[in-house]
Amino acid sequence: MPAFFFHAVAAFLLLAIITIAATPLAAAQDAGASDPFYEQAKTLVDASLKDRRGIVEQLAASDDPRLIPLLRHLLEGDLYYSKEDGELLVVDGDTDAVTSWLTDEAVEIGKSDRKKITTNNQLRGLLRDLIARLQLTNDDATVRYNAVRQLLGEEDDDTTETIRELIASEDDRETRELMQVVLDFERLSKEEQVEDDLFQRLSRRLEPEVKNKLTAYAESASPAMASNAADALEKIDARVRFYGHIETIFFGLSLGSVLVLAAIGLAITFGVMGVINMAHGELIMLGAYTTWVIQQWMPSNVGAALLLSIPAAFLVAGFVGVLIERLVIRYLYGRPLETLLATFGISLILQQAVRTIFSPLNRSVVSPSWMSGTLEINSVLALTNNRLVIIGFCLAVFALLSLVMQRTRLGLEVRAVSQNRPMARAMGIRSERVDMLTFGLGSGVAGIAGVALSQLTNVGPNLGQGYIIDSFMVVVFGGVGNLWGTLVSGFTLGIANKFLEPWSGSVLAKILILVFIILFIQKRPRGLFPQKGRAVEA
Amino acid sequence: MKLTNTLSRSLIAGSLLLGAQQVMAQDTIKVGVLHSLSGTMAISETTLKDTMLMLVEQQNAKGGLLGKQLEAVVVDPASDWPLFAEKARELIENEGVAATFGCWTSVSRKSVLPVFEELNGLLFYPVQYEGEESSKNVFYTGAAPNQQAIPAVDYLMNDLEVERWVLAGTDYVYPRTTNKILEAYLLAKGVAAEDIMINYTPFGHSDWQSIVSDIKTFGSAGKKTAVVSTINGDANVPFYKELGNQGISAEDIPVVAFSVGEEELSGIDTGPLVGHLAAWNYFMSVESEENDAFIADWKAFIGDDARVTNDPMEAHVIGFNMWVKAVEAAGTTDVDPVIDAMIGIEVPNMTGGTAKMLPNHHLTKPVLIGEIQDDGQFEVVWSTDAEVPGDAWSDFLPGSKDVVSDWTGELTGGTPCGNYNTVTGTCSGQNYE
Repeated sequence: MPAFFFHAVAAFLLLAIITIAATPLAAAQDAGASDPFYEQAKTLVDASLKDRRGIVEQLAASDDPRLIPLLRHLLEGDLYYSKEDGELLVVDGDTDAVTSWLTDEAVEIGKSDRKKITTNNQLRGLLRDLIARLQLTNDDATVRYNAVRQLLGEEDDDTTETIRELIASEDDRETRELMQVVLDFERLSKEEQVEDDLFQRLSRRLEPEVKNKLTAYAESASPAMASNAADALEKIDARVRFYGHIETIFFGLSLGSVLVLAAIGLAITFGVMGVINMAHGELIMLGAYTTWVIQQWMPSNVGAALLLSIPAAFLVAGFVGVLIERLVIRYLYGRPLETLLATFGISLILQQAVRTIFSPLNRSVVSPSWMSGTLEINSVLALTNNRLVIIGFCLAVFALLSLVMQRTRLGLEVRAVSQNRPMARAMGIRSERVDMLTFGLGSGVAGIAGVALSQLTNVGPNLGQGYIIDSFMVVVFGGVGNLWGTLVSGFTLGIANKFLEPWSGSVLAKILILVFIILFIQKRPRGLFPQKGRAVEA
Repeated sequence: MKLTNTLSRSLIAGSLLLGAQQVMAQDTIKVGVLHSLSGTMAISETTLKDTMLMLVEQQNAKGGLLGKQLEAVVVDPASDWPLFAEKARELIENEGVAATFGCWTSVSRKSVLPVFEELNGLLFYPVQYEGEESSKNVFYTGAAPNQQAIPAVDYLMNDLEVERWVLAGTDYVYPRTTNKILEAYLLAKGVAAEDIMINYTPFGHSDWQSIVSDIKTFGSAGKKTAVVSTINGDANVPFYKELGNQGISAEDIPVVAFSVGEEELSGIDTGPLVGHLAAWNYFMSVESEENDAFIADWKAFIGDDARVTNDPMEAHVIGFNMWVKAVEAAGTTDVDPVIDAMIGIEVPNMTGGTAKMLPNHHLTKPVLIGEIQDDGQFEVVWSTDAEVPGDAWSDFLPGSKDVVSDWTGELTGGTPCGNYNTVTGTCSGQNYE
């Protein structure tokens, strides 16, 4: 008996010892060796770009919950490793905060001690597909929709099978319809006879993949089926053409809004005051540089910096405009040729000044997030957000300017002076002061245009040159001295340009527009909306 | 009597002065720097002027050349093509420069070419160009089309399996010639004509909406599509911005550019461009001892840690080092012996290899394809195994495939010739028409 008891105690003790010894061992394994997923992920560090694809494919076979975040970090270029020990790190793209991928704890590590795990196009394409496949069962309907969209045209048997299982339980209508397309695709590839319904369904889709699939099918299928496919294709093409026209109009409006913005300041200085200001483009450039400078001051707040640049650019360009008027132009009123030469000289001085102060290199102005990306109407029509914002901005500037010209004392005085200077002076208007303020206003508006252009094009010393001819064109076409004329002519020229471009090419389109304006001015020298009345000088 | 006295005295004084001037001129070797510091091209060319100043300073710190100090003579042709010719004449005739480093655009090179040939000057041209030229007085240290465009297309075709091609360029000589070569090359490779879309835009084009939308449509035909871009200068920024805004990512339609380098990227928000490609013979991100030293020197010289280096800068460094070696070998800065000594000279390039000057006045260069990263640098994704010899006359253009250039005369029937037709056996001067 005692012997048995002894044995039992000994066995118990032994067990206890093993358990005690084993516990820390298991814990240690958790942190390292027994985590095959982490071990495998770490092999990404030393692998070549080609090998990384293989590793990613192997990783994707695992059902580890950390898989999707890992692939995402890799795709977005947030995944780094420590040069010292090869541990994986995650670097937040915006804040540059570093965390350990394994423990999620913040890590203090210098920029030179970490290195990014780089990807190339093939790898990123693979990552997108893998992530999409894993997200078919995501809780968010938009994510599911995008996942199906990503896989469309690249689906394999496995994916099609998964989608077949999921489609019944899918409660989002659009996602379900897109899933149906995937299943229809499979039938097109595998079955000889398909019913008309399927073509009806597909003919309502606009995704380019559907078009490609049907085109390929029409070439290989039996004549009867092929004609069905061709009918569906025709329906799709008609709708694509329709949306293509809408897109062209949008492009035209957006080009027009840029033209109007660039020209509207000139409409005031040239149109109302009659000053040929060749430095107008450089005032636009100053506005763009103001945007850049303000963005340098507040780099973390891009959107606010942009909004703040609007009044700042107005003040800077307006101030320079007043200086030009006071120092040069006021001595040259009534001598257009001298004004032209003098302001051309000023434009060169301003360009070279910017080159000296800011360097001849372009400056990069960051776009705020609400101005990037697209507003997707459907698969063939997507309106870019920055263009939408700029069209709206252009209309707002125009409305404000019209209000100033029509409803304020300054506007009244400006109109009076421009219509009949001696009479206005006789009525007690200080025409010199009005000249200065008008020129300042026109220049300030040019500065505002610069803020908008900084979002579209280069901010560099040559920015202004590209817009000066277009601006004069718009103002002359619209009718000198008329803000509405500028608006209408800007949008007209923009839309005309965009309709010409597809069949003539952009070089010829520009030439055609210029020829058209020359002919038009021959017929109607005063533009679209000429000023009328006795005040107009012959 | 008195008059002759004064006359002879002033003559003596004058000749003394002249002599003194000659002695002064003997003290330094003048190097001309012919890059625009104002106007449109200042954006690219100012950097090359600074590079040359740095190289001259470094050479002087090493004790100069042939026991003399070097002196850089900087002139500003102001992006004005005829002015390039005038300034070149000024450099050679008035300043008596031993060699000139300069030009960027092909039209500026074409403008100075007659001047260098007439006055027997020496020009080092550092930018990738369309080829179809080989002058006795010019050394082309940038890439010829077979060292940039053709390998890039090969990469897209073989590695990315691209089947549809958009050739987009600015409307002037370099893109037009390059695209002509590429089109002939693609057709020869069996690409159907309807799978090639060619598009030209004016200089400084800023409204890319319809073209990008066309590219998107062209690329949605089910075949892998890529854009080969010879878009020049400032027009690139709005082009890439529009690509980003219309949601065209590099995985869908990669754009490979021949005129976009680190410097151009420093003026763009590179976030939406990640993955788009560029083909060059040098990238700042290449790891080699020479490159590390060069980058460190450059940052110290310019006093700005954020400044980048780029391919034409490397071309100037190689060209300058070659010229120094050739002058040392010839023992003089006289143009003819230096031109003869140049051929066959080898200097290390910045990517760990060697650049060799060929008898057609072009270099051997490695070809690298890089993907844009979000820090504005390139990650090399592909490179040639060895240096590719530059070919002055493209083998893919009907007019030039029989033409060779050899300034030693070996391939050209004994007489050195830059434009020798191997079929007819005639040398038609230096310019191919």
